Amino acid sequence: MTRSPSGLDAETLRSRLDQMAARSGIRQWDLGAACSTDTSVQVDRGEAKQMKGAQRSSITVRVWNDDGLVGITSTSDLSDAGLERALAGASEASAFGNADDIPAFSPLATAPLQPLDQPIKEPVSILDLLATLKDAEHQLLESHPAIDTVPYNGLAQRSSDRIYLNSAGACRQQQLTTASLYLYARAEEAGRKPRSAGAVRLAYGAGDLDIAGCIKEAAGLTASHLDYAPIETGRYTCVFSPEAFLDLIGAFSNLFNARAVLDGVSLSNRESLGNTIAVPFLDLHDHGRHPGNIGASAFDGEGTPTARLALMEGGVLRHFLHSEATARAFGVAPTGHAGMGAKVSVGPDWFEIGATPGSGGGQQGLDRFTAEEPIVWIDSLSALHAGVKASQGSFSLPFDGWLLKRGERHSIEAATVAGDIRQVLKAIVGFEGEAVITPDGLCPHVWVEGLSITGDT
Amino acid sequence: MVASLPSNAPPADAPHASAGPSGFDASWSGRLEPLLSVGRGAGADLVEVFLERTDHLGVLAEQDTITNVSPAFGMGAGIRVFLGERDGFVSTNDLSAAGLMAALDQALGMLALVRSAPDRSPFEGLPGLHDFAAAKLDWLARCPDLREATHRLLEGTDRLQRHGNHLQARRGSYARDWQEVLVAASDGTFARDIRLHQSVGLNVLAADGDHRAGVGRRYGTSGRPDDLRQWNAETSAQEVCDSASTMLYADYVEAGQCPVVLANRFGGVIFHEACGHLLETTQVERGTTPFADRVGSAIAHEAVTAIDEGLSDGAFGSLSMDDEGMEPQRTVLIENGVLQRFLSDRAGERRTGHARTGSGRRQSHSFAAASRMRNTYIAAGPHTPAELIGSVNRGLYCKAMGGGSVGPTGQFNFAVEEGYLIENGELTKPVKGATLIGEAKEVMPRISMCADDLELAAGFCGSVSGSIFVTVGQPHIKVDSITVGGR
Repeated sequence: MTRSPSGLDAETLRSRLDQMAARSGIRQWDLGAACSTDTSVQVDRGEAKQMKGAQRSSITVRVWNDDGLVGITSTSDLSDAGLERALAGASEASAFGNADDIPAFSPLATAPLQPLDQPIKEPVSILDLLATLKDAEHQLLESHPAIDTVPYNGLAQRSSDRIYLNSAGACRQQQLTTASLYLYARAEEAGRKPRSAGAVRLAYGAGDLDIAGCIKEAAGLTASHLDYAPIETGRYTCVFSPEAFLDLIGAFSNLFNARAVLDGVSLSNRESLGNTIAVPFLDLHDHGRHPGNIGASAFDGEGTPTARLALMEGGVLRHFLHSEATARAFGVAPTGHAGMGAKVSVGPDWFEIGATPGSGGGQQGLDRFTAEEPIVWIDSLSALHAGVKASQGSFSLPFDGWLLKRGERHSIEAATVAGDIRQVLKAIVGFEGEAVITPDGLCPHVWVEGLSITGDT
Repeated sequence: MVASLPSNAPPADAPHASAGPSGFDASWSGRLEPLLSVGRGAGADLVEVFLERTDHLGVLAEQDTITNVSPAFGMGAGIRVFLGERDGFVSTNDLSAAGLMAALDQALGMLALVRSAPDRSPFEGLPGLHDFAAAKLDWLARCPDLREATHRLLEGTDRLQRHGNHLQARRGSYARDWQEVLVAASDGTFARDIRLHQSVGLNVLAADGDHRAGVGRRYGTSGRPDDLRQWNAETSAQEVCDSASTMLYADYVEAGQCPVVLANRFGGVIFHEACGHLLETTQVERGTTPFADRVGSAIAHEAVTAIDEGLSDGAFGSLSMDDEGMEPQRTVLIENGVLQRFLSDRAGERRTGHARTGSGRRQSHSFAAASRMRNTYIAAGPHTPAELIGSVNRGLYCKAMGGGSVGPTGQFNFAVEEGYLIENGELTKPVKGATLIGEAKEVMPRISMCADDLELAAGFCGSVSGSIFVTVGQPHIKVDSITVGGR
């Protein structure tokens, strides 16, 4: 398929680029394009607060000059004049290309693409979105007397197309629809501080969203933070929720990033593969094609098909995430984790975390509600952009969570958790419960011992 | 209702982003008046059109090589329709007459409004263009070209090499953001501006055995085409390397509650996160600020006077007009501890009654404007920095701050990049890994001393209307007690 309902036409685009490149004497080029249509609503105590719509388009053009150096330019202007200017800009930038690190076309850009099971859903009207969100807000406000507002909320849907083309004949195209709902409630009891919590749901269409589940989760979490108290500063065994642990791993994904390794800013180096960096029962895969990953990409920014990749098995570092250039530098195949650029970025897609098959999975029978020792249950981490030193391994992060003591649960008023990711990976005690699908990956609750907690006392 | 995406072949009347130094001028009134007329005729209280053209250049140097050059340019429109306290907003890259009208139709439809006969519109036409851009048309041409920019950046990474020890990675980055905007609204707003922001950053990763320290600084200005030429690479590199050398062997900070002295310049992030966001009318609308009904009341220590303005020459958050066409003001937020007023935009004024302050800002045409900070700082006080440090028996001195955030209940946090223990009124050993957390209502009364060395620093602020250029600032200040998260 080369033409989508959105009007983004890969073959027409190729034809235009071919002609323009020929006129400019450009023999090698590639291109990434995206178009999307979004609608979203927000409400405030039963009234529409804001309704938004957006049509977006963007193209990034990359050209190789006669010296083989690469330049790029991006634009939202899809007119002929815009594309001409983008090609000219990329040519100019190519004069400053890095001769020591020249990206090439991915050898897998024309490899067969395994289809993803992604149903395309028709958008609903924005007034229907509004009615749905008003009802969800109403139900959430009615769910607990202390919940007074839902200050952050939104119901959105998107239809998008992505294209990758290159002058060697590669042609990738993916169409996708997604929808999201978030409800973040605020609750306050007389004489007490306000508390808040929320929930998110994703689906392929607005009609498929688990709205009741989102309301129930947001209400339950918000109410659970009303009974709060300060926590004493000290070291605790912590239980990370799947979302919190995935956030932490994601913040330190330079451990697995070949680009960061080559740049000298990763905690790993070229010789790290094969080293034990975590407890012997931890497996970590990047698996963007997992059916639970709503909005999965079929190919990366260089047209390489996405695939499941073992990053850690039995605590041993197995593979890095690669672009074409980093893969060539390591003598392996690209893994489908590239962006697009003169210097191509590399990033993770969607993590799958769990016990190594046959390892026993660490300590068995873990149950945070019956544990003898005080347990800090970390539900969500905040301010990762500020509190994570990715190239140093350290973190100090505010979090929302609870202190569990012999079955009693009290919300923690305000606290930070601090540590070093390398120590965390080796201080995992075990897993609790089944792995849960989240927007960022698949993960069970993860027990980690000896983390430093600072309380507001 | 979902409009179709733009086709690959835009209509003949569509402007394009490469229209020269100025793409928007007074002649646009002829294109925009029909939109405003149709919108008002359909029953909208107010219709606003925001047009934008952008030209961006990003350059990255690593070690002694340029490793990435990333130019980008674009254009787009954001159309907003108000009806009572509600609004509908649609953004598009299609600036043709048909594309803009389709976007307006979609925005009207969100409010259940439909077009009526044009002659029934109460809209009376746009006035003459209020042109803030006229003297800025050559700004882009006066900026360093790509060759000059790469040379300056490599000069920076070379200086890092000269001054640094144990450097595992050296990076320099330069960003030039040029933006032309035109705002037209049915209340008679018709204004154009050109903005230019340039910033340059230096980062190092120092490593020695198990010791690692990553340090970065970014310097930025607005409206100064010569900024990169004027940049002092030597001083910047020296500052970064000094900090890295100090922090490489620093111990982790001991967690707990203690008095803190925050340095000037980017120390102002504490006010930005702890209080500034809570004085935006977007927070009043949401019911997420504890200060909503406190105008005229003391919310901070009497030592604190805080200001937000868009006027300081060359500052990152300065503007000739905001993204709703209003000239910025100097807004005194807090005077001697007493809350004076909130930062407000169009929507904030309609929904909360707080008068606009020229604070309607957005990252781009794809965001609706919201009340946002510009250059925000605590005013200078009567003390010297040494007096503040000398008043602390045991505490923390925060010389360099990282980013931060504030939550929906007023809990804020920010990271300390370079810290020192204060013992018996003197700075002693460096410490790392500190995160300061607290609540605005509790921390503002604890800012008990302000020094006389106010300085500003450039930053980026991400919030409801996207990432925008801002300035934070303060003199050295003392907080009597705050929670220091660490190990």
